[in-house]
Amino acid sequence: MNTPEPATVRAVAVSKIFNPDKANQVDALIDVDLTVEPGELVSLIGPSGCGKSTLLRLIANLIEPTSGELAVNGKSARQARLDQDYGMAFQQAGLFEWRTVARNIELPLELRKWSKAERRARASEMLELVKLGEFANHHPWELSGGMQQRVAIARALSFRPRMLLMDEPFGALDEMTREHMQAELLRICSETGTTVVFVTHSIPEAVYLSNRVVVMSPRPGRIVRVVDVPLGRRDDDTRESAEFFKKITEVREALRGTEGGGDLGPAEVERLRHAGGDLR
Amino acid sequence: MGRADDDAGGSAGRLGQRLRRWVLAVAAVAALCGMWEGYKVLGEATDGTVLGWDLPARYDDLSMPHLTDVVARFSEPTNRGTTESVGVSVLKGAWYTLQLAGLGLAVGIAVGLGLAVLMQRFRVAERGLLPYVILSQTVPFAALAPLVAGWSGRFDVLGYEWEQWMSVSFIASYLAFFPIAVGALKGLQSPSPATIELMSSYAAPARATLFKVRFPSAVPYLIPALRLAFASAIVGSIVAEISVGRRGGLGRLILEYSQQASSDPPKVYTAMLGAALLGLVVAGVVNLVELWVLRNRPLGDVR
Repeated sequence: MNTPEPATVRAVAVSKIFNPDKANQVDALIDVDLTVEPGELVSLIGPSGCGKSTLLRLIANLIEPTSGELAVNGKSARQARLDQDYGMAFQQAGLFEWRTVARNIELPLELRKWSKAERRARASEMLELVKLGEFANHHPWELSGGMQQRVAIARALSFRPRMLLMDEPFGALDEMTREHMQAELLRICSETGTTVVFVTHSIPEAVYLSNRVVVMSPRPGRIVRVVDVPLGRRDDDTRESAEFFKKITEVREALRGTEGGGDLGPAEVERLRHAGGDLR
Repeated sequence: MGRADDDAGGSAGRLGQRLRRWVLAVAAVAALCGMWEGYKVLGEATDGTVLGWDLPARYDDLSMPHLTDVVARFSEPTNRGTTESVGVSVLKGAWYTLQLAGLGLAVGIAVGLGLAVLMQRFRVAERGLLPYVILSQTVPFAALAPLVAGWSGRFDVLGYEWEQWMSVSFIASYLAFFPIAVGALKGLQSPSPATIELMSSYAAPARATLFKVRFPSAVPYLIPALRLAFASAIVGSIVAEISVGRRGGLGRLILEYSQQASSDPPKVYTAMLGAALLGLVVAGVVNLVELWVLRNRPLGDVR
């Protein structure tokens, strides 16, 4: 019991440079140190080009770091991917339209050669978890955006990975659905004990969900500050508490301090302003 | 919830749409027949001159036989002294052509899919092959046919002597593989980068990604490709039969019957109608395939 569990993610001086030594060289990430402990929910936030998605893809081993050390569950990121230590969800639910909801959730299990009966059982279990039990035999295009995203989360968790990597999963949802999904995600994670690394554009979302918010800045992409969010158990009242607003302000100020702020496109600025502004 | 409930209307809507399409198709044929006969009536009534203008085409029974005569010709013997009716000859010819075209189509689909998979998998293959795939279709068909016709009896394939009918099927496959290759390539490349990343996050081997993601994604692209390939295979077979000189199929019948145009005008049109009928049957087959394959897809996914 006392053997210390390895950190779920441990990044030491990780850098990612696209097209090195060429005219179009991009320093996507420079010298990033990040540790995510088991059971934590950590958000990555920052303006476009700050490398938050790049960092997520490095952890997922969809790309390789240019330099630095990166360990997932105490092993190489590559080994962790091959062992399927994590599940992934994107902004687009990315469900397969020709498969029913249940068969979408079964896909990763098919790839792991589970028997049909085992797959069926797990899929219905996962559908109960995301409260879509009655939609097992529907097709994704018959569901609303929020329901599709819940199916995507169920799929990502179907093989019970210890970590969930999410890239703006609720970015395409309306505000009401989005808050509902955030609460659902927290419930699911506390039920399953899953560690989450969550990329987002929304300050309130980051603060509401996370134990820690990692604030990043662009050109070159790097971590400028890590904001601890010791808000305890979240519920609807959390969103209206003074502590919550204090943390939002803290993250917003850290973001303002990012040098890349001046380089933001107008849409990006608007989005960040809006994300904080509507809670004032 | 709302969208889930709307589903009930989906398949019924699709059916209604198809019904309307059928009615329109029949109406179009009826209108065409009406114009044909109407033109003849007009010509006879005005003696070929309407408001001082001469009619552009001749309207006599030799040039434009009555449609009733054409239909009646189907049940009459092919030639004086033979018992087989024109209808049976045309049906037999159509069946023979369908077989040659079907074989060509099967080979064309196999080759087209194979090329598409190869080109999707290896960028080098795409860059190296695609120009030639496109170039293959710019070779004039008329130049190709005599060349392929010359193959019969010249060499063996797997111990079988190359026969004349093989040339016909070869030309059909040569025309059919192209839309399949291009359509399948586009379809195989259609999954989004996020989808491919997802499969990679599952540590899925390339084969699993191909069969579980790329092929199903390609299906909506393959339906129109299949429609083109079917049509090309049929037209290719008919024309190839004529230029190769293969007996037994519709191509030969069209050639023979048109040589009798001056003595037996309705006969020319029977073979042509046979070809049209064959086209309809084949188009119907593709539609059935489409209905079945896309039964679980959203409406409007049919490209």
